[in-house]
Amino acid sequence: MTTPPLARETGQTEAPRVPRPARRWNREALHGYVFMSPAILGLLIFTLGPIIASLLLSFTDYNILTDPEWVGLKNYVDMFEERLFWQALRVSAIYSVVSVPLGLGLALGLAILLNHAMRGISVFRSIYYMPTVISGVGVAMLWRWLFNAEFGVINVLLGKVGIEGPAWLLDANWALPALIITSLWGVGGTTLIFLAGLQAIPEELYEAAEIDGAGLWSRFWSVTLPLISNVTFFNLVLGIIGALQVFTDAFVITRGGPNHATLFLSVYLYQHAFQYLNMGYASAIAWFMFFVVMLLTVLVFKSSPLWVYYESGRQEK
Amino acid sequence: MATSNGAVPFWRTRRGQRRLTTIVVLVALCAGAAIILLPFFWMVSTALKPAEQVYLSPPVWVPIPPQFGNAIEVLTRVPFNRYALNTFVIVALVMIGTLFSCSFAAYGFARINAPGRNLIFMLVLATLMLPGAVTLVPTYLMFNSVGWVDTFLPLIVPAFFGNAFSIFLLRQYYLTIPVELEEAAKIDGASHYRIWWSIILPLSKPVLATIAVFTFVGTYNDFFTPLIYLSNEDNYTIAVALSFFQGSPRIGPQMHLLMAAVTMSIIPPLLLFVAAQRYFVRGIVMSGIKG
Repeated sequence: MTTPPLARETGQTEAPRVPRPARRWNREALHGYVFMSPAILGLLIFTLGPIIASLLLSFTDYNILTDPEWVGLKNYVDMFEERLFWQALRVSAIYSVVSVPLGLGLALGLAILLNHAMRGISVFRSIYYMPTVISGVGVAMLWRWLFNAEFGVINVLLGKVGIEGPAWLLDANWALPALIITSLWGVGGTTLIFLAGLQAIPEELYEAAEIDGAGLWSRFWSVTLPLISNVTFFNLVLGIIGALQVFTDAFVITRGGPNHATLFLSVYLYQHAFQYLNMGYASAIAWFMFFVVMLLTVLVFKSSPLWVYYESGRQEK
Repeated sequence: MATSNGAVPFWRTRRGQRRLTTIVVLVALCAGAAIILLPFFWMVSTALKPAEQVYLSPPVWVPIPPQFGNAIEVLTRVPFNRYALNTFVIVALVMIGTLFSCSFAAYGFARINAPGRNLIFMLVLATLMLPGAVTLVPTYLMFNSVGWVDTFLPLIVPAFFGNAFSIFLLRQYYLTIPVELEEAAKIDGASHYRIWWSIILPLSKPVLATIAVFTFVGTYNDFFTPLIYLSNEDNYTIAVALSFFQGSPRIGPQMHLLMAAVTMSIIPPLLLFVAAQRYFVRGIVMSGIKG
């Protein structure tokens, strides 16, 4: 649907295939660069420049107050010897490995339910999406209160069914699960992306499968799942990138604690950059995160031919 | 209504099956909706409690009479209006910057052939996958060196340089606008700038509205950027101020006031969501399509 219609684009500006005076074309291109200039400047000033600067800074010792001092690989060596770095890596890894698949599964399940044609379904779609719209500090504080060990509504309700809830945010074993639960509450955005994908599946395929005697499960397994796999792929990439960058919840709800149980890489980075002013060390952490995200993204992309189904003849990026 | 003959019970008929599925789906969706809505209920309930009812076991679910005075108490104890004003100034300027720069850049990517255009476009798209952490420190140092830390500028200025997601959405939309509409204007000697402003922009109102609502919500809810750049309390946005409430002596651990503040803080995005729901849905659908 959104395959870049290159033929048409180029056809449009080069439509008359007669050679034009070079100057005319240059001026046209110049206008093009003027139009693209916000994006080009943004790319240079806020992306490419900082990426390079960040790499260089990661080889220095810099605390803003004094000049940066070149220290080679020291920041990286220190990082890999630092216990808290490994803890942060562990927290981020566990969070990603648990919350991303859980979130994808839940979102797909909800999307299938929300794809059912019935009256009032749009009200449900709105309700499920609502948490995404108001995510942020307010919601994080709300979850702090919900997880309150004694008076929080979660433990109150657990108590009603005879379960004595854990101390959640005060318990090093339960703080991270609490944050994962919080993240699942905001699964509505992913759900709606899945829903859009489901609605693009032609109804005839299900009818054909039904005629062939396929039950609910095999229709899901052989029709829905393959045809939705490109959306799953998109959501997986976004989910990984998002999970490795979680900050607000970890910072507001638990401040990285208790006993570093929710010290995400992003929180660890924040502490070094803006509390201890270790700009060089923080840059090294940032580059490590960059490396991990790139590695995971490449892995997901490389593995995609194995599990992402593309209709033949349909060009995909 | 449904007629089932004696041999086949109603729930075995096609129609009965369909009815059965609907009931199962409805029950599941209601259960899910309850889970989604319960935190909101608890928030409002706490926000309307007198202080002595907050820490009670078993809890008071519906405070009677509701204490609407809690909200007023928040407004008098902290300069909430100031935070709201700061937030809306930032949000408004970020929206203007985003809409202007992205629609402008997208025209170039969609309509004008210039060497390297596709490469630049790919680079812009690649920034979607870039973890923000990697540009964070140098960007901060850059704003620090020009003396912009503790002003709104680091929050606003980047918006005037486009963002990948909005440029992408707009470019895709422009490509669906028939070029013929512009041909006549071109023959009349209209420049690209004029065509962009008077033909393309008016035609792309739905996408602009979609980007506007997402920008509003994203900027309003943003916590990290104002947290690192704003240090003077007078400059706080609602998000940053809220995060300090829990440790502030003025509001302290008084959960009913804190929840009153949280409730007030989510009203603007919630209202926008109710009013502009179709634009949110459209944006999500468009973002999913590119997958």
